[in-house]
Amino acid sequence: MQLDGFTLQELAHTGGMARLWVVTHPDHEKPLLMKVPMIGEGDDPAAIVSFEMEQMILPRLSGPHVPQFIANGDFATHPYIVMERLPGKSLYPMLDLLPLPLEQVTDIGVKIATALDALHRQHVVHLDLKPSNIIFRETGEAVLVDFGLARHNLLPDLMEEEFRLPYGTAPYMAPEQILRIRSDYRSDIFALGCLLYFFATGTRPFGDPQRLKGLKKRLWSDPVPPRALNGDIPPAFQEVVLRALEVNPNRRYPTAAQMAAALKDLSQVPLTPRATKTKRDPFSERLRRRFNPEPIEPPKRQEQPGELSNAPIVMVAIDLSDSSADLKDLLRLTTQRIVEKTPDARVACVNILKINRLALDTTLDETGHNKHVLRLVDLKSWAEKLNMPEGAVTFHVLEAVNPADAILDYARQNYVDHIVMGARAASAMRSLLGSVSGEVAAHAPCTVTVVRNRAIPAAE
Amino acid sequence: MRIALFSDIHANREAFEACLNAAAGVDRIVILGDIVGYGADPGWCADKAAEIAAAGGIVIRGNHDQAACDTHCDMNSSAKIAIEWTRNQLSAEQKAFLGQLPMSVMDDDRLYVHADGSAPAKWNYVTDASDAEGHFNGTSARVSFCGHIHVPALYGLAAGGRINRFVPNSEVPIPLLAQRRWLGVMGAVGQPRDGHPTAAFAIYDTDKRELTYRRAAYDIETAQAKIRAAGLPEGLAARLARGH
Repeated sequence: MQLDGFTLQELAHTGGMARLWVVTHPDHEKPLLMKVPMIGEGDDPAAIVSFEMEQMILPRLSGPHVPQFIANGDFATHPYIVMERLPGKSLYPMLDLLPLPLEQVTDIGVKIATALDALHRQHVVHLDLKPSNIIFRETGEAVLVDFGLARHNLLPDLMEEEFRLPYGTAPYMAPEQILRIRSDYRSDIFALGCLLYFFATGTRPFGDPQRLKGLKKRLWSDPVPPRALNGDIPPAFQEVVLRALEVNPNRRYPTAAQMAAALKDLSQVPLTPRATKTKRDPFSERLRRRFNPEPIEPPKRQEQPGELSNAPIVMVAIDLSDSSADLKDLLRLTTQRIVEKTPDARVACVNILKINRLALDTTLDETGHNKHVLRLVDLKSWAEKLNMPEGAVTFHVLEAVNPADAILDYARQNYVDHIVMGARAASAMRSLLGSVSGEVAAHAPCTVTVVRNRAIPAAE
Repeated sequence: MRIALFSDIHANREAFEACLNAAAGVDRIVILGDIVGYGADPGWCADKAAEIAAAGGIVIRGNHDQAACDTHCDMNSSAKIAIEWTRNQLSAEQKAFLGQLPMSVMDDDRLYVHADGSAPAKWNYVTDASDAEGHFNGTSARVSFCGHIHVPALYGLAAGGRINRFVPNSEVPIPLLAQRRWLGVMGAVGQPRDGHPTAAFAIYDTDKRELTYRRAAYDIETAQAKIRAAGLPEGLAARLARGH
């Protein structure tokens, strides 16, 4: 069968709201996927609106974490969406293998959080994150599919006024979504928390309620801590999952990037009482929440640009050896100014331990002290005066031959929004080696602030 | 085809020029009425609108344009003072141009009108979904564009009859899905009232069916100084800086 130049090959999937066909087109080498909504009589009216939303949103998304958009069919004649066909399978078949080993769960979690971060930066909340909507590319990236319930925060939300009941998938739906708030990026963080809980324990944190009453239970009834179900789960993982599952979005990770960073390095996750909880909250506490709930407000619309800018990851590259005390103070002052207006910021203090390419470096210095430990102590002492809330600052000593490359790699891999670093003062070293800050500024994936002490003239 | 949509210029030459510059390169210009009134440059703005009309643009009549040629009108006091002053500024030729403007124009599947299109001569504001419903019931165009209220909004009518209201919050192009009916309410070029002092206009791409709400920064101080120099009410100058 032919449709607007596409040849329909086979029916790949029949879902609740649409059918998926494998199609080919002479302009495209690889097979594509065509989504055709079910809009006959007796079909769910939501199918139409959700299909319209997807026709609006998918063409506006780009990058490796979404299927590439190919074409929209005219709604009046043949409504369809054609997109890239992803070769891999979704996470859905994995449900038979749960619980998965922790390394696998955190790896999946990092990849999904990274994909969510990319989506949120394009102003879209997915609102239906679940295993069947996540596919992995051969290159490893998670791809989020099905934007039928999604919300683009800069476009009209056609779903908003259409239905009385909340739409979503019961086991993964965030509390605010049940209250019909559809604009909060952190709803996806909650869904990811549900997924990680499920994958690590084999149990869904809130079951699979079929009615609104059961769905609403998660507004006051907290899940059994994952460590009570699987003793192999470390406290830091429980901390991350339970933070993602907080009822009030303000207490969750402020961004998917911050959650990805936490999952990537569980050793740096600050532990709160969440980490060591062994039981659900007392019955009286749950009862109190049920009848006296904390209000959940829709997120405040922020002026452009970027609603996510309130929770940046700031990387401060501190050169402990070369910098004068003045420059270190100035670096701290600049960092304070950057995070002042952003209470949810995270600061990563990074020091590069330069190693020689040829010599086999010893990790001990002349007097036998561990260099790493000494550097960490110095970093912590530098950061103390930042007066950041506990857990908002992390410390990293990286070994590298080329400091600029190490800083850039770290920034790329850890979702850094802003690099702050000092400029090397005039020295023979600098004229020989060139400027690290100059190289970082030239190649960084984000904003870079180079701090220079005006009292000391810089090199040429 | 890319169409620039300007509404409620209100004799603000600086804002009008800034929008014309920002929209340079479009295939057609449509002015949705209220070329004069409130501001200090009615003559220049009327001439510019006439020039645009002569070059193939579409110019619609607004209530202020009508009042500038017709002494029987009902307006609030500062608008009335401004319109009386405006009448004295306009040449007979300019008044004749404003006086012959159409109340609405159909252009392919698009309707251009100053206020609620179901009864254009009543100059009803479209402030909410129920006003938009009146417009949709009384007109048949797939896509309508109006102004009058000085606050931008976009109304979409689904097959089931529900109306979705959206307040544009960026310059991201908004797809006007073909299966729905749409009413794009423009912000004002010359006297914005949505809290943003920059001049509001929009671009509609008929091939992509995408509407982009845009803003243009303009020399507000000069526009204010001219209003004050003309002896018009101070409030008309002051509000430009606040955008409401």
